[in-house]
Amino acid sequence: MSKLFQKITRSQLFLPIVALILVLVFNVIKTPTFFKITIMNGTLYGFIIDIINRASELVILAIGMTVVVASSAGTDISVGSVAAVSAAIICYSLGPSQEAYKVPYLVGIFLGLMGGMLCGVWNGFLVAKMKIQPMVATLILFTAGRGIAQLICAGQIIHVEKVEYRLLGSFLPGVPLPTPVFVAILVIVITWAILRYTALGMYIQAVGINSKAGRLVGINSSAIIFLTYIYCGLCSGISGSIISSRIAACDANNIGLNYELDAILAVALGGNSLGGGKFSLAGSVIGAITIQALTTSLYAMQVTADQLPIYKAIVVVIIVAIQSTEFKKWFSNLKRKYAIKAEAAS
Amino acid sequence: MIKFFKDRIDEKTYLLLITILMFIVMYGAGMIIYADKGFAKPQMFFNLFINNAGLIVTAVGMTMVMITGGIDISVGSVVGLTCMMLAYMMEFMKIPAGLAMAIVLVYGILFGCVQGFLVAYLKIQPFIVTLAGMFFCRGLTAVINSEMINISNAVFLKIAQFKIYFPFLATLNKKGKLITPFIYPSVIIAFVVLILIYIMLKYTKFGRAIYAVGGNEQSALLMGLNVRATKMKTYIFNGFLATLGGILFCLNTCAGFVEQARGFEMEAIASSVIGGTLLSGGVGNVIGSLFGVLIKGTIESFITTQGTLSSWWTRIVISLLLAFFIVLQSIFASIKAKNK
Amino acid sequence: MSNDLLTMRHITKNFPGVRALNDVDFTLRSGEIHALMGENGAGKSTLIKVLTGVEDFEEGEVLVSWMDHPLINHSPQEAQKKGISTVYQEINLCPNLSVAENIFIGREPKKNGMIDWKKMNDCAKKLLKDLNLAHIDVTKSLEHYSVAIQQMVAIARAVDIESKILIFDEPTSSLDELETEKLFQIMRQLKNKGVGIIFITHFLEQVYQVCDRITVLRNGELVGEYLIKDLPRVQLVAKMLGKDFDDLAAIKKEGIEKRDRANQVPILSAKNVGHRGTIKPFDAEIFAGEVIGLTGLLGSGRSEMVRSIYGADRPDSGELSIKGKKKKISAPIDAMKAGMGFLPEDRKAEGIISDLSVRENINIALQTKRGMFRPLNQRERAEFTEKYIKLLQIKVANPDSPVKQLSGGNQQKVILARWLLTNPDFLILDEPTRGIDVGTKTEIQKLVLKLAEEGMTIMFISSEVDEMLRTVGRMYVLRDGELVGELTEDQMNENAVMAAIAGGEKDE
Ligand SMILES: Nc1ncnc2c1ncn2[C@@H]1O[C@H](COP(=O)(O)OP(=O)(O)OP(=O)(O)O)[C@@H](O)[C@H]1O
Ligand SMILES: [Mg+2]
Repeated sequence: MSKLFQKITRSQLFLPIVALILVLVFNVIKTPTFFKITIMNGTLYGFIIDIINRASELVILAIGMTVVVASSAGTDISVGSVAAVSAAIICYSLGPSQEAYKVPYLVGIFLGLMGGMLCGVWNGFLVAKMKIQPMVATLILFTAGRGIAQLICAGQIIHVEKVEYRLLGSFLPGVPLPTPVFVAILVIVITWAILRYTALGMYIQAVGINSKAGRLVGINSSAIIFLTYIYCGLCSGISGSIISSRIAACDANNIGLNYELDAILAVALGGNSLGGGKFSLAGSVIGAITIQALTTSLYAMQVTADQLPIYKAIVVVIIVAIQSTEFKKWFSNLKRKYAIKAEAAS
Repeated sequence: MIKFFKDRIDEKTYLLLITILMFIVMYGAGMIIYADKGFAKPQMFFNLFINNAGLIVTAVGMTMVMITGGIDISVGSVVGLTCMMLAYMMEFMKIPAGLAMAIVLVYGILFGCVQGFLVAYLKIQPFIVTLAGMFFCRGLTAVINSEMINISNAVFLKIAQFKIYFPFLATLNKKGKLITPFIYPSVIIAFVVLILIYIMLKYTKFGRAIYAVGGNEQSALLMGLNVRATKMKTYIFNGFLATLGGILFCLNTCAGFVEQARGFEMEAIASSVIGGTLLSGGVGNVIGSLFGVLIKGTIESFITTQGTLSSWWTRIVISLLLAFFIVLQSIFASIKAKNK
Repeated sequence: MSNDLLTMRHITKNFPGVRALNDVDFTLRSGEIHALMGENGAGKSTLIKVLTGVEDFEEGEVLVSWMDHPLINHSPQEAQKKGISTVYQEINLCPNLSVAENIFIGREPKKNGMIDWKKMNDCAKKLLKDLNLAHIDVTKSLEHYSVAIQQMVAIARAVDIESKILIFDEPTSSLDELETEKLFQIMRQLKNKGVGIIFITHFLEQVYQVCDRITVLRNGELVGEYLIKDLPRVQLVAKMLGKDFDDLAAIKKEGIEKRDRANQVPILSAKNVGHRGTIKPFDAEIFAGEVIGLTGLLGSGRSEMVRSIYGADRPDSGELSIKGKKKKISAPIDAMKAGMGFLPEDRKAEGIISDLSVRENINIALQTKRGMFRPLNQRERAEFTEKYIKLLQIKVANPDSPVKQLSGGNQQKVILARWLLTNPDFLILDEPTRGIDVGTKTEIQKLVLKLAEEGMTIMFISSEVDEMLRTVGRMYVLRDGELVGELTEDQMNENAVMAAIAGGEKDE
């Protein structure tokens, strides 16, 4: 029993989950209706649904970010801009008409995702081949991305008026859960399957921990890093398509704005090191949901948009502080002292 | 001859020289291409410093942090907050300019303490700590005042607009009028900071400890350095420099508003990196960062001098130039590494 | 005893899942050199780390003669201030700083409150000159220098810190004979000044050369403390291993029968292979079942030669044939596919993947050889790991714990296991016994001979001449980045090898 307990508490996921639960519990106290889910017009509504719905894009981005961080020990800060590029490509190729798309829907989406992957190729090329530090390499698309998106849209906000375009960002007919949730789950499952049924996960970690040693055991480090950046680009594209579908438009300046920060935060809140190497996909997913839960609950508590970042900052610091090894050490010392005292007393 | 240099110059100096050389080439090219638009005038060159005095100071702090292997993405919002605090205190609370600046600097130090504590003592990843710091300061700015405040404090404006002339560089303009190039006090402050920090990094125990910690934290610890204190102090310095940079920035804009200096942290990071600082720590030099800032400033001057680009083309061109520069640097670095 | 400098009593230290030290006592007198001996994972380094505040300990106390209350160090900084200076097992210096700074950081000479760089460089130069390293440019950053030189720099640093207790954790593992001799000279000088020195090594003869007393640890427990004259070599080994042990001398090559190589196809032949700046183009022919040694001074190009064969440093000239067929090897994976394996010299930088588990570290090479899309299944992974942990007697509580938690020697065994698992035809071992205890060293040498007997070809590099003589059947001699000659079985003896290395006369 205590063995099991120890195993649970030692797991990397333990604290991230606790953090998420704490956020939720706090909510219930403050907002008793928090867990209430109602059905309207055959679809589910409620804070919880809202959280997992709105967290979808972030979850997808966080997955891409996780593999990039693991393999290259650096962050891809261009994900938000790349999402905007994809959204722009999709909206441009589908066109504003109410009646018909310019190209078939799937072709449009495909083009958008290809755009995202192309951005990933560029980033991967700079990081893996040119050996440029990831944050700086991706800084280029971070700045240029929105410019490219605007260029595609010719500086306008393209609205896609055809109603079906909204489906990806809202509800499919007859399905009670929002579509983005399914997309996020799909991405999670595919990523998990790739890592599970190939040795890629181990390669990524090995490259991130010690690329020299990785090379000597036959891993092509730069190919692995390259691959992770492309994958991250794809994830950015997917979330770009969702965001754009939610607003049925492409707003090059605002799509995915500051998402890179939240994505990185999600990775860290999941107990992953930004120094590369070992990673946990589940951790990042939980991290992303925690962030969204936090935002949603702060709004539910009537915190204004202005103040929101302040609270967010404080909660984030508390969560990561609790997870820090120093805190754990301090805590276990305390426990030991307590045990000794108890022993002395008895 | 070339061989002689190759043997004498180590990798870091070589990269610094390349950076400086590239700046000169770039600026020289600008002087030729945009000669008719005044690019060759001394004032144009001075403007580079006037516009970027704040960035120089901030980048210096950033460089220190990056040498320890950390990063600080809160500086942009700290600069924004600084401007807002200054504007609010001077305009709405009628606090004298000197006192307002002092308060802001104290805030910077305190803020640096908190971030430093979290990074050094709780060992939280710097990116996350400073990301939270960024949220915090940006939020605070909006909470203080969501409207734009223009500064009209007489003393402040006087400092901001006090021109220091360089008569020996005076030139005649087309109409035959004598134009004397000038700088503002902020440039002087930036240079004083730069020189002081340069000396500190090179000639004090603390300075060298920063390099050691960044080179290999575990080793630094085993060699008997106080890693925590070193990191803590670095973040405090950085907090102070970020607010000082903010004051210089504010002297330039004379206003405070929520969105001010958004993305400033990226400019500081990019300048540092262009100047040869490694994000992985242990390597960096404030002189390099100065040139990083100047290169970034030159790219921007190109764009403004050109004047016809739409806003999105501006972004794309800026990043293309940045990419060009970074790639070129990486190629030089790998050539050097191969010849070793 | 009145001249006890340091007394450690009842020290106990646990790591998650391992009791690294259990009720260990240790005393050090002033003016003695005290050897701390034990197998890999016995707890030697841990005892040092506990003493110097790198790790905390649960029970016990530490007393030093110059303080009237127990000493507890919370950090190496504190220990250093209190007069204990240490060279840790893995080199702990900052590669980005200059050599001089690495020696003086934290206690730089000053002038007017500023660091006096000139004085610092001069002092560093002088210090290194005393260690026979006058040729080092102290202003260059440390990363430019070899492991051996880094080791010497670390020693210079520790020696220069005036302290009452000086600790060396395997300082000689990558030093050659001359450098070691120099170190011993300095140790003796310090000893005469009354400094107490703790010396950890796996080289038995070195212990008998300089030490006064020996403390033996086994499995985290104290075996005993002995005067050097009371404990002959064989007994020392028995105490360390806890059982009698067939001496090294017992190992003998089964005289690999001279085959007629004239019409045999070499398993590997190199023509004109070279890498600019590190190894001049060389020709080599190696036959199946051979154990071939590479010998030469440090920096003579031994490692560089094997690296260019393995594709670790891509050769820029020449061609390789394997089993008579031309092969292009541009990256290690090509070499692996061609049946090679390579255990690199620098374990920390190129060998272990520190955060991955022992299991993953063992399996990874086989995995990459099989390809990404054919992952080993759970059962295979567990089975292979188990097998090699047993075969090489790797000391690990849980194969899922990160490899960095293993003691230095056990990490080395993990890397060896990694390559054996791939079942290579041609295995390159660059200093495989560095930091390995006597018992295991014998095991590894035996293993090498056994593998050769079973038909594996092994290229063996070692700085220890007698180890080479015991294991290899033929030797290539390198000097200044050039393959200069070859010694056959009947030419090989200590003197001949030494002469060849030093390069007095050409030996064809
Ligand atoms: N950080 C750690 N976490 C968990 N276990 C550890 C850690 N450090 C050491 N150990 C374990 O403690 C034991 C003693 O290790 P130690 O490094 O002291 O051995 P050693 O005698 O120095 O061996 P070697 O000769 O190989 O250097 C080993 O079983 C090792 O696995
Ligand atoms: Mg050890």
